[in-house]
Amino acid sequence: MRTHARLAALAVTCAVAAAAAHAEITIGVTLGTTGPGSSLGIPYKNAFQLVPKTLGGEPVRYIILDDESKPDNAAKNARKFVTEDKVDAIMGSNGVPSAVAMTQVAAESATPMVSLTPVPPLAPERNRWTFVVPQPTQLMMSAVAQHMKARGVKTVGFIGFSDTWGDLVYNAVNALSASNGYKLVTNERFGRADPSVTGQVLKITAAAPDAVVVGGSGSPAATPQIALRERGYKGPIYHNHGTVNRPFIQTGKKSAEGAIAPTGALIVAEELPESFPTRAVSLDFVKRYEAAFGAGSRNAFAGYSWDGVALLDAAAKVALKKAKPGTPAFRAALRDALENVKDVIGTHGVYNMSPANHNGLDERARVLVQVVNGEWRLLK
Amino acid sequence: MSADIVLWLVQDGITTGAIYALLALALLLVFAVTRIIFVPQGEFVSYAALSLGMLQTGQTPGTVWVLIAGGAIVAVLEGASALARREPARLARILAVYVAGPLAIAALARWGAAHALGLWAQMAIVAALVVPLGPLLYRIAYRPLADASVLVLFIVSMAAHYVLSGLGLVIFGGEGLRTNPISEARFDVGVLKIGAQSVWVAGASLVCMIALWLFFEHTLVGKALRATAINRVGARLAGIPAGLTGSIAFVLAAAIGAASGVLISPIATIYYDSGLMISLKGFVGAILGGMASYPLAALGALGVGLIESFSSFWASALKETIVFTLIIPVLLWRSLASRHPAVEDEEE
Repeated sequence: MRTHARLAALAVTCAVAAAAAHAEITIGVTLGTTGPGSSLGIPYKNAFQLVPKTLGGEPVRYIILDDESKPDNAAKNARKFVTEDKVDAIMGSNGVPSAVAMTQVAAESATPMVSLTPVPPLAPERNRWTFVVPQPTQLMMSAVAQHMKARGVKTVGFIGFSDTWGDLVYNAVNALSASNGYKLVTNERFGRADPSVTGQVLKITAAAPDAVVVGGSGSPAATPQIALRERGYKGPIYHNHGTVNRPFIQTGKKSAEGAIAPTGALIVAEELPESFPTRAVSLDFVKRYEAAFGAGSRNAFAGYSWDGVALLDAAAKVALKKAKPGTPAFRAALRDALENVKDVIGTHGVYNMSPANHNGLDERARVLVQVVNGEWRLLK
Repeated sequence: MSADIVLWLVQDGITTGAIYALLALALLLVFAVTRIIFVPQGEFVSYAALSLGMLQTGQTPGTVWVLIAGGAIVAVLEGASALARREPARLARILAVYVAGPLAIAALARWGAAHALGLWAQMAIVAALVVPLGPLLYRIAYRPLADASVLVLFIVSMAAHYVLSGLGLVIFGGEGLRTNPISEARFDVGVLKIGAQSVWVAGASLVCMIALWLFFEHTLVGKALRATAINRVGARLAGIPAGLTGSIAFVLAAAIGAASGVLISPIATIYYDSGLMISLKGFVGAILGGMASYPLAALGALGVGLIESFSSFWASALKETIVFTLIIPVLLWRSLASRHPAVEDEEE
């Protein structure tokens, strides 16, 4: 018994001493590294092996927990971070519902949150503490809309998933239609695992639009791509940033050639012009990521983790002048600083936040890529 | 809606309907012989399609691990029962069948992945990988409960479905695959351009159905299966072992699933979880056919394919709703038209 008590006393002393010696910054990260979102969660997590050991010059500790891609677990992890670990900021998660669940905890505990997925419009109190790293869907699709305008496209056929993602892409393309002078003529839907989309594609080819926009992602987005080409559709086929991966090309094979999609700059870092603002950061990150996780392993998701850390780094520099990490005053200062970051260069784009804009990305945060000879290449 | 669009839709409906018909037959077969509503039937389709896809990209299909693990579990179960009955002599045979067998097939698959084999050889390897999963699953999940009620067996089916599709996510990953077609030729028939693969699907389905019919009508094993389907107790009294007929039904179901998967994979992207939807559509077909007659089930499934094809043209967002709503009027009509026997599982 006595030894136990002694050990406990020793442990407590050590912990107190450690806390006193290092005024380190603590960041709580929750990601769905298992469960249905794991194919995104794992690259998000991988990036944390590459991030610097300091934030704003101060040592940092990342606590990374798995939320199994479940919103209630993400909220539980976030609550553990703010109550037990007294973190200075929370980050996560890789599913929209999980991230939304976390914003509640962030607002209640007055802890800044760096969301690694896009979130739908939030209530003012939650929005106050939440900062979003990825590009909004409409920003991404505006690259497609402008490209169609430049090509003189007047009618556009749409086919997308019969779920929220299909709706999001449709709404973005629809909202951009008036300003870019085209009209949507079909709104067809298909299931992710549908064996055939012949009916939908026949309807589109019967309407004979100048271009087709696909609201899918990954390999399922190849299903309409293949069916359209098999039915002899010759017009351009546009996708969205969810489709820019290798399985899309592996599934679409020859039919995937010529498909166009918007994406973050890091996917084609080598091909960016010298003057591109994120070129150096994107290229450096891609090289280090592929050195650690294999050639061709680059992906947008790891880049979001990196950019979230870059935002915190810039904000911590400012906040450290006002308060000590681990205090409510530091969290408030960190939030204020995040809201005012200027020209933070990430792997995806350049961030300029303001009270009205908690994302801060602009048109420099997306490029168009095209499938050429079985690879995604920068569309010049 | 012009005539050529109708033709296109009919052609598309027949192609997917043929696959649904094969699965409807397998579901009906398993249900008739063992009273199991075999939800995991679709997993054989996705396992076969994705295994073939992995072989074609030069990877060893993850299916080998499921096969080896399944074999090992059965070896333990059988070994324990052999020891309990004091028949240690059976152990050698058990090890040969359930441990050495899967390992040999795994070695074959590994070798096949390393060499660029022809399509038919790859299909044979896939069959060797997937078909044994049927009887293994029966031995592990269903045989200990063979006399349970239909409802209990259905719940076991749900569990088996979740286990198999979860394993599918681990071994195949979340993204889908398409395999190389048997032939890339296209035939111009009037306004239609019919892909050779669609012809293969329809033709092979027909051949499978005829083969099944011959099997049931003209072989002793087939007749034993039919006898079990008609009257389980009577068949057992006549000396037909219930466990054996169950195993055979599962071999057939897995073989039909594997054939469907291999046939459909060049024209449809298959994911680890595609199986459930495909087998549910087959199930709707079997229900349309009254869950009793093979030709009616096949026709019902073909109808499902056609309705699906047309509803994807008219109202793509409501496609699944339309297909699954079909069951309601059919069930209503059947429950009104047929005399209501008391809950049938209590008969034994």
